Amino acid sequence: MGDELKGADRYKSGVLEYKKMGYWQPDYEPKDTDVIACFRMEPQEGVPADELAAAVAGESSTATWTVVWTDRLTASELYRAKAYRVDKVPNTENQYFAYIAYDLDLFEPDSIANLTASIIGNVFGMKAVKALRLEDMRMPVAYLKTFQGPATGIEVERERMDKFGRPLLGATVKPKLGLSGRNYGRVVYEALKGGLDFTKDDENINSQPFMHWRDRFLFAMEGITRAEAATGEVKGHYMNVTAGTVEEMIKRAEFAHELGSIVIMIDLVIGYSAIQSMAKWARAHDMILHLHRAGNSTYSRQKNHGMNFRVICKWMRMAGVDHIHAGTVVGKLEGDPAMITGFYDTLTKTHTPLSLETGLFFDQDWASLNKVMPVASGGIHAGQMHQLLHHLGEDVVLQFGGGTIGHPDGIQAGATANRVALEAMIQARNEGRDYLAEGPEILAKAAKWCSPLQAALDTWKDITFDYASTDTPDFVPQANTSV
Amino acid sequence: MKLTQGTFSFLPDLTDDEIKAQIQYAMDQGWALNVEYTDDPHPRNTYWELWCQPMFDTTDPAAVMMEVAECRKVYGNMYIKVNSFDNTRGRETVSMSFIVNRPKDEPGFGVSREESHGRNIRYRIHSYATDKPEGRRYE
Repeated sequence: MGDELKGADRYKSGVLEYKKMGYWQPDYEPKDTDVIACFRMEPQEGVPADELAAAVAGESSTATWTVVWTDRLTASELYRAKAYRVDKVPNTENQYFAYIAYDLDLFEPDSIANLTASIIGNVFGMKAVKALRLEDMRMPVAYLKTFQGPATGIEVERERMDKFGRPLLGATVKPKLGLSGRNYGRVVYEALKGGLDFTKDDENINSQPFMHWRDRFLFAMEGITRAEAATGEVKGHYMNVTAGTVEEMIKRAEFAHELGSIVIMIDLVIGYSAIQSMAKWARAHDMILHLHRAGNSTYSRQKNHGMNFRVICKWMRMAGVDHIHAGTVVGKLEGDPAMITGFYDTLTKTHTPLSLETGLFFDQDWASLNKVMPVASGGIHAGQMHQLLHHLGEDVVLQFGGGTIGHPDGIQAGATANRVALEAMIQARNEGRDYLAEGPEILAKAAKWCSPLQAALDTWKDITFDYASTDTPDFVPQANTSV
Repeated sequence: MKLTQGTFSFLPDLTDDEIKAQIQYAMDQGWALNVEYTDDPHPRNTYWELWCQPMFDTTDPAAVMMEVAECRKVYGNMYIKVNSFDNTRGRETVSMSFIVNRPKDEPGFGVSREESHGRNIRYRIHSYATDKPEGRRYE
């Protein structure tokens, strides 16, 4: 046992170390129904790691700074979160992974807001912690079953769109700000007719003086329908309904629904409860729900603070979105390949085993919650198709915004280049070729009969974004971190 | 127009050897394959006619190729596609779907618009092939 005090000694008025209050239980074996969190902590000087872990457990569950006798009116031992394990983070001076178990009854069913108010609430501001980061969480099946999960899910999205066996293709309309509704719809039409499955509003295009939302939706719908007729395929445009109030978002979503749109879009910055509301609305209206992760890097990118993006992936799968931007590996935005594999697995698998190499600290059964389609967006182009398929797999939306609209021969040509590159790569992979090594050759061969692809390859052939990642996994291969 | 439904419609029409390679890939994944045909390729015509049920116990791509050949003999001027089905828990749906035969002339689709309240427009995508009765659409 830890250094826990019992009985009258435990409840003497005054201040007590968190360990002595019972928040450090090194012998505790988490129950299958416990929520478990793994934090990366950096203690202030003089604060022992186990005491800090106990403090984090305390402040994220029942504790306050001093002993209160009213604890004794409750089943307090059950409600106390239990820090049960602390590991030094490999290759660091003063960082620790702390594992904390929470009883299921601490949380309201079907509420990300309630979960996060505990887990990332006051604890991040405690003076005793120099820095704190939520690395991962294990959600018990019993708890997951209280959430709706993705409104549509990957398989149903594919069935509705009649698109199988390959990644989907998209593009964000550019420039993201300033186009009129009429000009905007032109980009939608050209990109979809040229071969893309989706076009997309950007995160900050809502209803500005240059284009109000109704105009965008109406013109986009004309572009979508024309492209559907020209190709015989089902197409969509992510209509961003993000607005100042949930009521306004619902109003815009209802208009999109009335127009026959198959997909709407929201931004992460609208907040957890708003996201859950929109997910329920989307389920009730057969609507695919796209989430742009605007804002996440303010708290997910730096290793010593905030939370890892994999936690956001978990919460968003529970909250019920169908798409989430989750990294490209090769594009312009942050992304270590191993970490991104962990995010993608979190979104698309029915079960993810513990895998420290990819940053997954826990074995996680997803309890039949639908899968979320990851979206790869930002600085990618047709010439990287072999790498994209290798790193990201088949269940992903590859979004080439600049890589479509910036094509020298026009938007349709840009879209066609991307679609041909993709289909050629899928064909080669299925034929058993070493498509990663032979990728450039496969693309060059397809470019011989597809001039738009040749032009794309010529334009972007050497463009890469090769910077060191800030967020990488910290593990030593022999570490045994099972729970 | 060229109908671009399916996994490989942006590539030149697949040769029989190329089709066979894709069937082999699907079989290697443990998926069952079938053949379907239609004379109405509307994007929301989900249910093409079944030429055959998914062949759950077939491990030789030649068997599927034989069905493709038979189907082409009867419906050579219609759209024919090969589908694969993955019954893994959590997927349990179509895993690949690609066109292996097209009519000589693909008439495509028209859009009709009905002006509705405000600026709303009710769209209808219309398959020109269906202007003729079923079975005579590509005569």
